Amino acid sequence: MGWHLIRGYALLVYVFMFLPVAVVVLLSFNASQFGSFPITGVSLRWFGELAQNEAILRAFRTSIILGLLTALISTTLGVLASLALVRYRVPGENVISTLLIAPILVPEVVLAVALLLFLNFLGVNKSFGLLLFGHVIFTLPFVILVVQARLMAIRRDVEEAAMSLGASPVQTFFQITLPLMLPAVLAGALFAFTISFDDITGTLFWKPGGVETVPTQIFAMLRNSISPEINALGTVMIVMTVGLPLLGAAAARILSKKSGT
Amino acid sequence: MVPIFTILIIYLLNENHLPKVPSNPNCLTATLRDILMSIEARERRQPWILLSPALTAITLLLFVPLLFIVVYSFWLRTATGADQSGFFLDNWREALSDPFYRDILLFTLKIAAITTLVCAVMGYPAAYFIARSRGNKAVLLLLLMLPFWISYIIRTMSWINILGVSGALNTFLIWTGVISEPIQMLYNQTTVILGLVHFLLPFMILNVFVSLDGIDVTLEDAATSLGATRWEAFVQVTLPLSLPGLAAGGLLCFVLAAGTYITPLVLGGPTDAMFANLVYEAIITQLNWPLGSALSLMLLAVLGLLVMIYNRYLGMAQLMKGLG
Repeated sequence: MGWHLIRGYALLVYVFMFLPVAVVVLLSFNASQFGSFPITGVSLRWFGELAQNEAILRAFRTSIILGLLTALISTTLGVLASLALVRYRVPGENVISTLLIAPILVPEVVLAVALLLFLNFLGVNKSFGLLLFGHVIFTLPFVILVVQARLMAIRRDVEEAAMSLGASPVQTFFQITLPLMLPAVLAGALFAFTISFDDITGTLFWKPGGVETVPTQIFAMLRNSISPEINALGTVMIVMTVGLPLLGAAAARILSKKSGT
Repeated sequence: MVPIFTILIIYLLNENHLPKVPSNPNCLTATLRDILMSIEARERRQPWILLSPALTAITLLLFVPLLFIVVYSFWLRTATGADQSGFFLDNWREALSDPFYRDILLFTLKIAAITTLVCAVMGYPAAYFIARSRGNKAVLLLLLMLPFWISYIIRTMSWINILGVSGALNTFLIWTGVISEPIQMLYNQTTVILGLVHFLLPFMILNVFVSLDGIDVTLEDAATSLGATRWEAFVQVTLPLSLPGLAAGGLLCFVLAAGTYITPLVLGGPTDAMFANLVYEAIITQLNWPLGSALSLMLLAVLGLLVMIYNRYLGMAQLMKGLG
Protein backbone atom coordinates (compact mmCIF):
# COMPACT_ATOMS: atom_id res chain seq x y z
CA MET A 1 0.00 0.00 0.00
CA GLY A 2 2.73 2.44 1.07
CA TRP A 3 4.65 2.02 -2.15
CA HIS A 4 1.56 2.78 -4.27
CA LEU A 5 1.04 5.94 -2.27
CA ILE A 6 4.63 7.04 -2.88
CA ARG A 7 4.34 6.23 -6.57
CA GLY A 8 1.12 8.24 -6.87
CA TYR A 9 2.73 11.13 -5.01
CA ALA A 10 5.81 11.06 -7.23
CA LEU A 11 3.56 11.02 -10.29
CA LEU A 12 1.82 14.17 -9.04
CA VAL A 13 5.21 15.82 -8.55
CA TYR A 14 6.10 14.98 -12.16
CA VAL A 15 2.76 16.45 -13.32
CA PHE A 16 3.48 19.59 -11.30
CA MET A 17 6.86 19.95 -12.98
CA PHE A 18 5.63 19.34 -16.51
CA LEU A 19 2.09 20.71 -16.71
CA PRO A 20 2.94 24.42 -16.96
CA VAL A 21 5.59 23.69 -19.59
CA ALA A 22 3.18 21.52 -21.56
CA VAL A 23 0.61 24.31 -21.50
CA VAL A 24 3.17 26.74 -22.98
CA VAL A 25 3.82 24.34 -25.86
CA LEU A 26 0.10 23.69 -26.33
CA LEU A 27 -0.80 27.39 -26.41
CA SER A 28 1.98 28.19 -28.85
CA PHE A 29 0.02 26.27 -31.51
CA ASN A 30 -3.18 28.10 -30.67
CA ALA A 31 -4.64 30.06 -33.56
CA SER A 32 -6.31 32.58 -31.26
CA GLN A 33 -4.74 36.01 -31.15
CA PHE A 34 -4.58 36.03 -27.36
CA GLY A 35 -1.95 33.98 -25.65
CA SER A 36 -4.49 32.12 -23.57
CA PHE A 37 -7.44 29.75 -23.55
CA PRO A 38 -9.76 28.85 -25.21
CA ILE A 39 -7.94 27.11 -28.01
CA THR A 40 -9.59 28.14 -31.24
CA GLY A 41 -7.57 26.09 -33.69
CA VAL A 42 -4.21 24.68 -34.48
CA SER A 43 -1.81 26.99 -36.28
CA LEU A 44 1.86 27.65 -36.85
CA ARG A 45 1.11 31.32 -37.29
CA TRP A 46 2.93 32.47 -34.15
CA PHE A 47 6.11 30.70 -35.13
CA GLY A 48 5.90 32.55 -38.44
CA GLU A 49 5.44 35.86 -36.65
CA LEU A 50 8.38 34.98 -34.46
CA ALA A 51 10.63 34.47 -37.48
CA GLN A 52 9.62 37.97 -38.70
CA ASN A 53 10.22 39.73 -35.41
CA GLU A 54 13.47 41.69 -35.73
CA ALA A 55 13.88 42.25 -31.99
CA ILE A 56 13.58 38.56 -31.20
CA LEU A 57 15.95 37.52 -33.96
CA ARG A 58 18.48 40.04 -32.70
CA ALA A 59 18.09 38.70 -29.16
CA PHE A 60 18.68 35.18 -30.46
CA ARG A 61 21.85 36.26 -32.23
CA THR A 62 23.14 37.99 -29.09
CA SER A 63 22.31 35.01 -26.89
CA ILE A 64 23.95 32.50 -29.21
CA ILE A 65 27.16 34.50 -29.67
CA LEU A 66 27.34 35.19 -25.95
CA GLY A 67 26.68 31.54 -25.11
CA LEU A 68 29.32 30.28 -27.54
CA LEU A 69 32.01 32.67 -26.31
CA THR A 70 31.12 31.90 -22.70
CA ALA A 71 31.33 28.18 -23.38
CA LEU A 72 34.68 28.63 -25.11
CA ILE A 73 36.37 30.60 -22.34
CA SER A 74 34.69 28.88 -19.43
CA THR A 75 35.46 25.41 -20.76
CA THR A 76 39.11 26.24 -21.38
CA LEU A 77 39.59 27.62 -17.87
CA GLY A 78 37.48 24.87 -16.35
CA VAL A 79 39.20 21.95 -18.07
CA LEU A 80 42.66 23.22 -17.11
CA ALA A 81 41.64 23.68 -13.49
CA SER A 82 39.94 20.29 -13.38
CA LEU A 83 43.03 18.61 -14.82
CA ALA A 84 45.08 20.10 -12.02
CA LEU A 85 42.64 18.98 -9.35
CA VAL A 86 42.08 15.49 -10.68
CA ARG A 87 45.62 14.58 -11.70
CA TYR A 88 47.91 16.17 -9.17
CA ARG A 89 48.18 16.23 -5.45
CA VAL A 90 47.76 19.94 -4.84
CA PRO A 91 48.44 21.26 -1.35
CA GLY A 92 45.28 22.86 0.05
CA GLU A 93 43.06 21.12 -2.47
CA ASN A 94 39.90 21.62 -0.40
CA VAL A 95 40.44 25.34 -0.09
CA ILE A 96 41.06 25.62 -3.84
CA SER A 97 37.95 23.62 -4.66
CA THR A 98 35.87 25.89 -2.45
CA LEU A 99 37.43 28.99 -4.05
CA LEU A 100 36.67 27.64 -7.51
CA ILE A 101 33.01 27.03 -6.74
CA ALA A 102 32.66 30.30 -4.80
CA PRO A 103 30.68 31.97 -7.64
CA ILE A 104 27.84 29.49 -6.95
CA LEU A 105 27.90 30.18 -3.23
CA VAL A 106 27.59 33.94 -3.65
CA PRO A 107 24.02 34.98 -4.54
CA GLU A 108 23.98 35.91 -8.22
CA VAL A 109 22.53 39.36 -7.52
CA VAL A 110 25.48 40.18 -5.29
CA LEU A 111 27.95 38.83 -7.84
CA ALA A 112 26.22 40.92 -10.52
CA VAL A 113 26.38 44.11 -8.47
CA ALA A 114 30.01 43.59 -7.45
CA LEU A 115 31.17 42.92 -11.00
CA LEU A 116 29.18 45.80 -12.49
CA LEU A 117 30.43 48.35 -9.97
CA PHE A 118 34.04 47.19 -10.00
CA LEU A 119 34.43 47.06 -13.77
CA ASN A 120 32.61 50.36 -14.07
CA PHE A 121 35.15 51.84 -11.66
CA LEU A 122 37.88 50.51 -13.95
CA GLY A 123 36.21 52.26 -16.88
CA VAL A 124 34.40 49.28 -18.41
CA ASN A 125 30.85 50.39 -19.06
CA LYS A 126 27.86 48.13 -19.43
CA SER A 127 28.77 46.32 -22.60
CA PHE A 128 28.93 42.98 -24.31
CA GLY A 129 32.36 42.52 -22.72
CA LEU A 130 30.98 42.97 -19.22
CA LEU A 131 28.19 40.52 -20.05
CA LEU A 132 30.78 38.00 -21.23
CA PHE A 133 32.94 38.40 -18.10
CA GLY A 134 29.88 37.91 -15.95
CA HIS A 135 28.69 34.82 -17.77
CA VAL A 136 32.17 33.27 -17.68
CA ILE A 137 32.54 33.74 -13.96
CA PHE A 138 29.26 32.16 -12.94
CA THR A 139 29.35 29.28 -15.44
CA LEU A 140 32.92 28.36 -14.47
CA PRO A 141 32.07 26.48 -11.23
CA PHE A 142 29.47 24.35 -13.02
CA VAL A 143 31.95 23.49 -15.77
CA ILE A 144 34.55 22.53 -13.19
CA LEU A 145 32.12 20.30 -11.29
CA VAL A 146 30.93 18.52 -14.43
CA VAL A 147 34.36 18.14 -16.04
CA GLN A 148 36.02 17.03 -12.81
CA ALA A 149 33.50 14.24 -12.38
CA ARG A 150 34.16 13.00 -15.92
CA LEU A 151 37.94 13.33 -15.79
CA MET A 152 38.12 11.06 -12.74
CA ALA A 153 37.47 8.17 -15.12
CA ILE A 154 40.59 8.80 -17.21
CA ARG A 155 43.66 7.12 -15.86
CA ARG A 156 47.05 8.64 -16.24
CA ASP A 157 48.83 5.33 -16.80
CA VAL A 158 47.31 5.12 -20.27
CA GLU A 159 49.20 8.25 -21.30
CA GLU A 160 52.36 7.09 -19.64
CA ALA A 161 52.04 3.76 -21.40
CA ALA A 162 51.78 5.56 -24.76
CA MET A 163 54.85 7.65 -24.03
CA SER A 164 56.87 4.69 -22.84
CA LEU A 165 55.96 2.93 -26.09
CA GLY A 166 57.59 5.79 -27.97
CA ALA A 167 54.81 8.27 -28.65
CA SER A 168 55.82 11.92 -28.53
CA PRO A 169 53.90 14.27 -26.20
CA VAL A 170 52.02 15.67 -29.23
CA GLN A 171 51.07 12.20 -30.47
CA THR A 172 50.04 11.19 -26.97
CA PHE A 173 47.87 14.27 -26.61
CA PHE A 174 46.05 13.78 -29.91
CA GLN A 175 45.75 10.01 -29.86
CA ILE A 176 45.22 9.29 -26.18
CA THR A 177 44.45 12.28 -24.00
CA LEU A 178 42.18 14.25 -26.30
CA PRO A 179 39.84 11.42 -27.31
CA LEU A 180 39.52 10.41 -23.67
CA MET A 181 38.92 14.00 -22.58
CA LEU A 182 36.56 15.00 -25.35
CA PRO A 183 33.33 13.90 -23.66
CA ALA A 184 34.27 15.91 -20.57
CA VAL A 185 35.16 18.96 -22.65
CA LEU A 186 31.91 18.74 -24.61
CA ALA A 187 29.82 18.23 -21.49
CA GLY A 188 31.42 21.26 -19.87
CA ALA A 189 30.94 23.43 -22.96
CA LEU A 190 27.32 22.39 -23.31
CA PHE A 191 26.63 23.11 -19.67
CA ALA A 192 28.23 26.55 -19.91
CA PHE A 193 26.29 27.37 -23.09
CA THR A 194 22.95 26.33 -21.63
CA ILE A 195 23.44 28.22 -18.38
CA SER A 196 24.59 31.33 -20.23
CA PHE A 197 21.71 31.08 -22.71
CA ASP A 198 19.21 30.88 -19.87
CA ASP A 199 20.59 33.53 -17.55
CA ILE A 200 18.53 36.56 -16.68
CA THR A 201 19.42 37.51 -13.08
CA GLY A 202 22.92 38.76 -13.85
CA THR A 203 22.23 39.69 -17.46
CA LEU A 204 19.69 42.38 -16.48
CA PHE A 205 22.44 44.10 -14.47
CA TRP A 206 25.19 43.82 -17.06
CA LYS A 207 23.50 44.32 -20.42
CA PRO A 208 23.84 47.70 -22.07
CA GLY A 209 20.65 49.55 -22.98
CA GLY A 210 19.16 48.33 -26.24
CA VAL A 211 20.91 44.96 -26.16
CA GLU A 212 18.64 42.07 -25.26
CA THR A 213 19.28 38.38 -24.83
CA VAL A 214 16.40 35.96 -25.34
CA PRO A 215 15.45 35.76 -21.64
CA THR A 216 15.58 39.53 -21.13
CA GLN A 217 13.58 39.98 -24.33
CA ILE A 218 10.89 37.63 -22.99
CA PHE A 219 11.00 39.48 -19.68
CA ALA A 220 10.47 42.80 -21.47
CA MET A 221 7.60 41.36 -23.52
CA LEU A 222 5.93 40.05 -20.34
CA ARG A 223 5.49 43.63 -19.12
CA ASN A 224 2.67 44.12 -21.64
CA SER A 225 0.71 40.91 -21.51
CA ILE A 226 1.25 37.32 -22.43
CA SER A 227 1.17 37.27 -26.20
CA PRO A 228 0.98 34.06 -28.24
CA GLU A 229 4.42 35.00 -29.53
CA ILE A 230 5.91 34.52 -26.07
CA ASN A 231 4.48 31.01 -25.94
CA ALA A 232 5.94 30.25 -29.37
CA LEU A 233 9.29 31.67 -28.28
CA GLY A 234 9.03 29.56 -25.13
CA THR A 235 8.48 26.45 -27.22
CA VAL A 236 11.55 27.23 -29.32
CA MET A 237 13.59 27.76 -26.15
CA ILE A 238 12.32 24.51 -24.67
CA VAL A 239 13.28 22.60 -27.79
CA MET A 240 16.72 24.24 -27.78
CA THR A 241 17.57 23.88 -24.11
CA VAL A 242 16.17 20.38 -23.76
CA GLY A 243 17.19 19.10 -27.17
CA LEU A 244 20.80 20.28 -27.02
CA PRO A 245 21.80 18.56 -23.78
CA LEU A 246 20.02 15.38 -24.87
CA LEU A 247 21.91 15.43 -28.16
CA GLY A 248 25.07 16.18 -26.22
CA ALA A 249 24.50 13.28 -23.87
CA ALA A 250 23.92 10.97 -26.81
CA ALA A 251 27.07 12.25 -28.54
CA ALA A 252 29.10 11.81 -25.36
CA ARG A 253 27.82 8.26 -25.04
CA ILE A 254 28.78 7.42 -28.62
CA LEU A 255 32.19 9.05 -28.24
CA SER A 256 32.98 7.31 -24.99
CA LYS A 257 31.90 3.97 -26.46
CA LYS A 258 34.24 4.50 -29.38
CA SER A 259 37.16 5.31 -27.15
CA GLY A 260 36.36 2.32 -25.03
CA THR A 261 36.03 3.83 -21.58
CA MET B 1 38.14 23.63 -31.18
CA VAL B 2 39.88 26.64 -29.64
CA PRO B 3 39.70 25.36 -26.06
CA ILE B 4 41.29 22.15 -27.23
CA PHE B 5 44.19 23.99 -28.83
CA THR B 6 44.69 26.23 -25.83
CA ILE B 7 44.74 23.19 -23.62
CA LEU B 8 47.23 21.50 -25.94
CA ILE B 9 49.55 24.50 -25.95
CA ILE B 10 49.57 24.87 -22.19
CA TYR B 11 49.93 21.15 -21.83
CA LEU B 12 52.96 21.05 -24.11
CA LEU B 13 54.62 24.12 -22.64
CA ASN B 14 54.33 22.32 -19.40
CA GLU B 15 55.79 19.07 -20.59
CA ASN B 16 59.29 19.06 -19.22
CA HIS B 17 61.70 17.52 -21.65
CA LEU B 18 63.54 14.88 -19.78
CA PRO B 19 67.35 14.79 -19.96
CA LYS B 20 68.63 12.35 -22.56
CA VAL B 21 70.02 9.18 -21.15
CA PRO B 22 73.76 9.22 -21.88
CA SER B 23 75.59 6.22 -23.31
CA ASN B 24 78.27 6.34 -20.65
CA PRO B 25 77.06 4.03 -17.87
CA ASN B 26 79.17 5.77 -15.20
CA CYS B 27 76.99 8.81 -14.94
CA LEU B 28 73.78 6.84 -15.26
CA THR B 29 72.92 7.06 -11.55
CA ALA B 30 73.40 10.80 -11.55
CA THR B 31 71.22 11.17 -14.63
CA LEU B 32 68.58 8.96 -13.12
CA ARG B 33 68.55 11.19 -10.06
CA ASP B 34 68.22 14.23 -12.34
CA ILE B 35 65.29 12.65 -14.13
CA LEU B 36 63.51 11.84 -10.90
CA MET B 37 64.10 15.32 -9.53
CA SER B 38 62.89 17.02 -12.66
CA ILE B 39 59.74 14.90 -12.66
CA GLU B 40 59.16 15.84 -9.06
CA ALA B 41 59.66 19.53 -9.76
CA ARG B 42 57.23 19.31 -12.66
CA GLU B 43 54.67 17.52 -10.55
CA ARG B 44 54.81 20.35 -8.06
CA ARG B 45 54.69 23.20 -10.55
CA GLN B 46 52.30 21.92 -13.16
CA PRO B 47 49.02 22.00 -11.21
CA TRP B 48 49.56 25.66 -10.38
CA ILE B 49 50.08 26.53 -14.02
CA LEU B 50 46.88 24.69 -14.88
CA LEU B 51 44.95 26.31 -12.03
CA SER B 52 46.19 29.85 -12.49
CA PRO B 53 43.85 30.98 -15.31
CA ALA B 54 40.73 29.93 -13.39
CA LEU B 55 41.98 31.25 -10.07
CA THR B 56 43.00 34.55 -11.66
CA ALA B 57 39.58 34.92 -13.27
CA ILE B 58 37.76 34.20 -10.02
CA THR B 59 40.01 36.55 -8.05
CA LEU B 60 39.67 39.44 -10.48
CA LEU B 61 36.02 38.96 -11.33
CA LEU B 62 34.64 37.88 -7.96
CA PHE B 63 36.82 38.43 -4.90
CA VAL B 64 38.31 41.80 -5.81
CA PRO B 65 34.88 43.13 -6.90
CA LEU B 66 33.38 41.94 -3.60
CA LEU B 67 36.08 43.77 -1.67
CA PHE B 68 35.50 46.77 -3.89
CA ILE B 69 31.80 47.00 -3.03
CA VAL B 70 32.70 46.85 0.65
CA VAL B 71 34.68 50.05 0.08
CA TYR B 72 31.99 51.46 -2.20
CA SER B 73 29.30 50.98 0.43
CA PHE B 74 31.02 53.66 2.56
CA TRP B 75 30.98 56.19 -0.25
CA LEU B 76 28.20 58.68 -0.55
CA ARG B 77 25.83 59.44 -3.33
CA THR B 78 25.59 63.22 -3.55
CA ALA B 79 22.66 65.31 -4.72
CA THR B 80 24.43 66.07 -7.97
CA GLY B 81 24.47 62.38 -8.85
CA ALA B 82 28.19 61.87 -8.45
CA ASP B 83 29.58 59.44 -5.90
CA GLN B 84 31.81 60.96 -3.28
CA SER B 85 34.54 58.67 -2.05
CA GLY B 86 35.39 58.64 1.63
CA PHE B 87 34.20 56.95 4.77
CA PHE B 88 30.54 57.67 5.39
CA LEU B 89 28.29 55.49 7.47
CA ASP B 90 25.08 56.90 5.97
CA ASN B 91 24.27 53.95 3.69
CA TRP B 92 24.79 51.41 6.41
CA ARG B 93 22.78 53.47 8.87
CA GLU B 94 19.95 53.63 6.38
CA ALA B 95 20.13 49.95 5.43
CA LEU B 96 20.33 48.71 9.00
CA SER B 97 17.94 51.03 10.81
CA ASP B 98 15.17 51.74 8.30
CA PRO B 99 12.30 49.37 9.20
CA PHE B 100 11.40 49.26 5.49
CA TYR B 101 14.55 47.30 4.68
CA ARG B 102 14.29 45.16 7.80
CA ASP B 103 10.69 44.18 7.00
CA ILE B 104 11.57 43.22 3.44
CA LEU B 105 14.56 41.22 4.66
CA LEU B 106 12.32 39.31 7.07
CA PHE B 107 9.71 38.84 4.34
CA THR B 108 12.42 37.46 2.03
CA LEU B 109 13.64 35.00 4.65
CA LYS B 110 10.04 33.93 5.30
CA ILE B 111 9.35 33.30 1.61
CA ALA B 112 12.63 31.40 1.25
CA ALA B 113 11.88 29.29 4.34
CA ILE B 114 8.38 28.37 3.15
CA THR B 115 9.73 27.57 -0.33
CA THR B 116 12.41 25.31 1.15
CA LEU B 117 9.87 23.53 3.35
CA VAL B 118 7.47 22.95 0.45
CA CYS B 119 10.37 21.70 -1.71
CA ALA B 120 11.37 19.24 1.02
CA VAL B 121 7.83 17.95 1.51
CA MET B 122 7.26 17.58 -2.23
CA GLY B 123 10.76 16.49 -3.13
CA TYR B 124 11.61 13.89 -0.51
CA PRO B 125 8.98 11.27 -1.42
CA ALA B 126 9.67 11.82 -5.11
CA ALA B 127 13.40 11.31 -4.58
CA TYR B 128 12.64 8.23 -2.47
CA PHE B 129 10.51 6.87 -5.27
CA ILE B 130 13.28 7.33 -7.83
CA ALA B 131 15.97 5.88 -5.57
CA ARG B 132 13.97 2.77 -4.67
CA SER B 133 12.23 2.26 -7.99
CA ARG B 134 12.86 -1.04 -9.71
CA GLY B 135 12.31 0.65 -13.07
CA ASN B 136 14.82 2.66 -15.03
CA LYS B 137 16.22 5.11 -12.48
CA ALA B 138 18.27 6.98 -15.06
CA VAL B 139 15.19 7.75 -17.16
CA LEU B 140 13.15 8.82 -14.11
CA LEU B 141 15.98 11.11 -13.04
CA LEU B 142 16.48 12.50 -16.52
CA LEU B 143 12.76 13.25 -16.78
CA LEU B 144 12.97 15.22 -13.59
CA MET B 145 16.06 17.06 -14.76
CA LEU B 146 14.40 18.13 -18.00
CA PRO B 147 12.50 21.04 -16.46
CA PHE B 148 15.81 21.98 -14.88
CA TRP B 149 17.16 22.65 -18.37
CA ILE B 150 14.10 24.57 -19.45
CA SER B 151 14.56 28.29 -19.27
CA TYR B 152 13.86 29.79 -15.85
CA ILE B 153 11.95 32.75 -17.30
CA ILE B 154 9.77 30.45 -19.41
CA ARG B 155 8.95 28.23 -16.46
CA THR B 156 8.14 31.27 -14.34
CA MET B 157 5.93 32.85 -16.95
CA SER B 158 4.23 29.52 -17.70
CA TRP B 159 2.24 29.88 -14.48
CA ILE B 160 0.49 32.88 -16.00
CA ASN B 161 -0.92 30.45 -18.56
CA ILE B 162 -2.22 28.25 -15.76
CA LEU B 163 -3.44 30.76 -13.16
CA GLY B 164 -4.11 33.90 -15.19
CA VAL B 165 -7.59 35.35 -15.68
CA SER B 166 -7.90 33.50 -19.00
CA GLY B 167 -5.58 30.70 -17.93
CA ALA B 168 -6.17 26.96 -17.84
CA LEU B 169 -7.58 26.81 -14.33
CA ASN B 170 -10.09 29.64 -14.73
CA THR B 171 -11.20 28.30 -18.10
CA PHE B 172 -11.70 24.87 -16.56
CA LEU B 173 -13.61 26.18 -13.53
CA ILE B 174 -15.93 28.27 -15.70
CA TRP B 175 -16.49 25.35 -18.05
CA THR B 176 -17.47 23.09 -15.13
CA GLY B 177 -19.70 25.83 -13.74
CA VAL B 178 -17.95 26.16 -10.38
CA ILE B 179 -17.46 29.88 -10.96
CA SER B 180 -19.16 32.21 -13.41
CA GLU B 181 -16.57 35.00 -13.51
CA PRO B 182 -12.82 34.40 -13.76
CA ILE B 183 -10.94 35.12 -10.56
CA GLN B 184 -7.48 36.68 -10.32
CA MET B 185 -5.27 34.08 -8.71
CA LEU B 186 -1.95 35.60 -9.72
CA TYR B 187 0.29 38.31 -8.32
CA ASN B 188 0.37 37.44 -4.66
CA GLN B 189 2.68 35.81 -2.14
CA THR B 190 1.37 32.32 -2.90
CA THR B 191 2.17 32.55 -6.59
CA VAL B 192 5.68 33.81 -5.81
CA ILE B 193 6.22 30.73 -3.62
CA LEU B 194 4.67 28.50 -6.27
CA GLY B 195 7.01 29.85 -8.94
CA LEU B 196 10.03 29.42 -6.67
CA VAL B 197 9.07 25.85 -5.76
CA HIS B 198 8.66 25.01 -9.42
CA PHE B 199 12.10 26.45 -10.11
CA LEU B 200 13.92 24.89 -7.14
CA LEU B 201 12.29 21.48 -6.70
CA PRO B 202 14.78 19.66 -9.02
CA PHE B 203 17.68 20.90 -6.84
CA MET B 204 16.04 19.37 -3.77
CA ILE B 205 15.13 16.08 -5.45
CA LEU B 206 18.60 15.65 -6.94
CA ASN B 207 20.34 16.20 -3.61
CA VAL B 208 18.03 13.89 -1.67
CA PHE B 209 18.29 11.29 -4.42
CA VAL B 210 22.10 11.32 -4.32
CA SER B 211 22.13 10.62 -0.61
CA LEU B 212 19.28 8.04 -0.70
CA ASP B 213 20.93 6.23 -3.56
CA GLY B 214 24.07 5.81 -1.47
CA ILE B 215 22.22 4.05 1.35
CA ASP B 216 22.33 0.26 1.35
CA VAL B 217 18.74 -0.98 0.79
CA THR B 218 19.34 -4.03 2.93
CA LEU B 219 19.71 -1.82 6.01
CA GLU B 220 15.96 -1.26 5.99
CA ASP B 221 15.37 -4.98 5.52
CA ALA B 222 17.66 -5.70 8.44
CA ALA B 223 15.67 -3.31 10.61
CA THR B 224 12.35 -4.93 9.66
CA SER B 225 13.71 -8.41 10.25
CA LEU B 226 14.65 -7.25 13.73
CA GLY B 227 11.02 -6.37 14.37
CA ALA B 228 10.66 -2.78 13.17
CA THR B 229 7.68 -1.92 11.01
CA ARG B 230 8.42 -0.51 7.53
CA TRP B 231 7.62 2.97 8.81
CA GLU B 232 9.83 2.62 11.88
CA ALA B 233 12.65 1.30 9.72
CA PHE B 234 12.33 4.34 7.49
CA VAL B 235 12.16 6.87 10.31
CA GLN B 236 14.97 5.35 12.34
CA VAL B 237 17.34 4.15 9.62
CA THR B 238 16.82 5.66 6.18
CA LEU B 239 15.68 9.15 7.14
CA PRO B 240 18.64 9.95 9.42
CA LEU B 241 21.08 8.63 6.83
CA SER B 242 19.55 10.83 4.12
CA LEU B 243 19.58 14.02 6.22
CA PRO B 244 22.85 15.34 4.70
CA GLY B 245 21.24 15.28 1.25
CA LEU B 246 18.12 16.94 2.59
CA ALA B 247 20.25 19.62 4.23
CA ALA B 248 22.26 20.24 1.04
CA GLY B 249 19.06 20.52 -1.00
CA GLY B 250 17.53 22.76 1.63
CA LEU B 251 20.52 25.08 1.66
CA LEU B 252 20.50 25.42 -2.13
CA CYS B 253 16.75 26.07 -2.22
CA PHE B 254 16.93 28.63 0.56
CA VAL B 255 19.91 30.55 -0.80
CA LEU B 256 18.60 30.57 -4.38
CA ALA B 257 15.09 31.55 -3.28
CA ALA B 258 16.33 34.36 -1.04
CA GLY B 259 18.47 35.81 -3.83
CA THR B 260 15.84 36.03 -6.54
CA TYR B 261 14.18 39.14 -7.89
CA ILE B 262 12.75 37.89 -11.19
CA THR B 263 10.05 35.64 -9.73
CA PRO B 264 8.51 38.41 -7.58
CA LEU B 265 8.61 40.74 -10.60
CA VAL B 266 6.79 38.24 -12.84
CA LEU B 267 4.46 36.44 -10.43
CA GLY B 268 4.24 38.78 -7.44
CA GLY B 269 2.10 41.81 -6.69
CA PRO B 270 3.36 45.30 -5.84
CA THR B 271 3.80 44.40 -2.17
CA ASP B 272 5.73 41.19 -2.77
CA ALA B 273 9.14 42.75 -3.40
CA MET B 274 12.00 40.68 -2.02
CA PHE B 275 15.39 41.87 -0.85
CA ALA B 276 17.07 41.35 -4.21
CA ASN B 277 14.40 43.59 -5.74
CA LEU B 278 15.62 46.39 -3.45
CA VAL B 279 19.15 45.83 -4.71
CA TYR B 280 17.93 45.94 -8.31
CA GLU B 281 15.94 49.12 -7.61
CA ALA B 282 18.89 50.85 -5.95
CA ILE B 283 21.41 49.90 -8.63
CA ILE B 284 19.43 50.00 -11.87
CA THR B 285 16.53 52.37 -11.22
CA GLN B 286 17.78 54.88 -8.65
CA LEU B 287 21.44 54.54 -9.66
CA ASN B 288 22.36 54.85 -5.98
CA TRP B 289 25.32 52.54 -6.19
CA PRO B 290 26.76 53.09 -2.70
CA LEU B 291 23.41 52.19 -1.11
CA GLY B 292 23.05 49.27 -3.52
CA SER B 293 26.47 48.02 -2.41
CA ALA B 294 25.46 48.15 1.23
CA LEU B 295 22.21 46.29 0.52
CA SER B 296 24.03 43.62 -1.55
CA LEU B 297 26.50 43.07 1.26
CA MET B 298 23.66 42.74 3.77
CA LEU B 299 22.12 39.99 1.64
CA LEU B 300 25.52 38.35 1.21
CA ALA B 301 26.16 38.48 4.97
CA VAL B 302 22.83 36.84 5.86
CA LEU B 303 23.09 34.09 3.26
CA GLY B 304 26.85 33.70 3.76
CA LEU B 305 26.25 33.08 7.46
CA LEU B 306 23.89 30.23 6.53
CA VAL B 307 26.43 28.71 4.14
CA MET B 308 29.10 28.98 6.83
CA ILE B 309 26.94 27.28 9.46
CA TYR B 310 26.21 24.56 6.94
CA ASN B 311 29.89 24.18 6.07
CA ARG B 312 30.81 24.02 9.76
CA TYR B 313 28.52 21.06 10.41
CA LEU B 314 28.24 19.23 7.11
CA GLY B 315 31.08 20.40 4.89
CA MET B 316 31.01 21.37 1.24
CA ALA B 317 31.53 17.85 -0.09
CA GLN B 318 27.84 16.92 0.16
CA LEU B 319 26.84 20.05 -1.72
CA MET B 320 29.25 19.30 -4.57
CA LYS B 321 27.97 15.75 -4.87
CA GLY B 322 24.49 17.09 -5.60
CA LEU B 323 25.71 19.77 -7.98
CA GLY B 324 27.94 17.62 -10.10
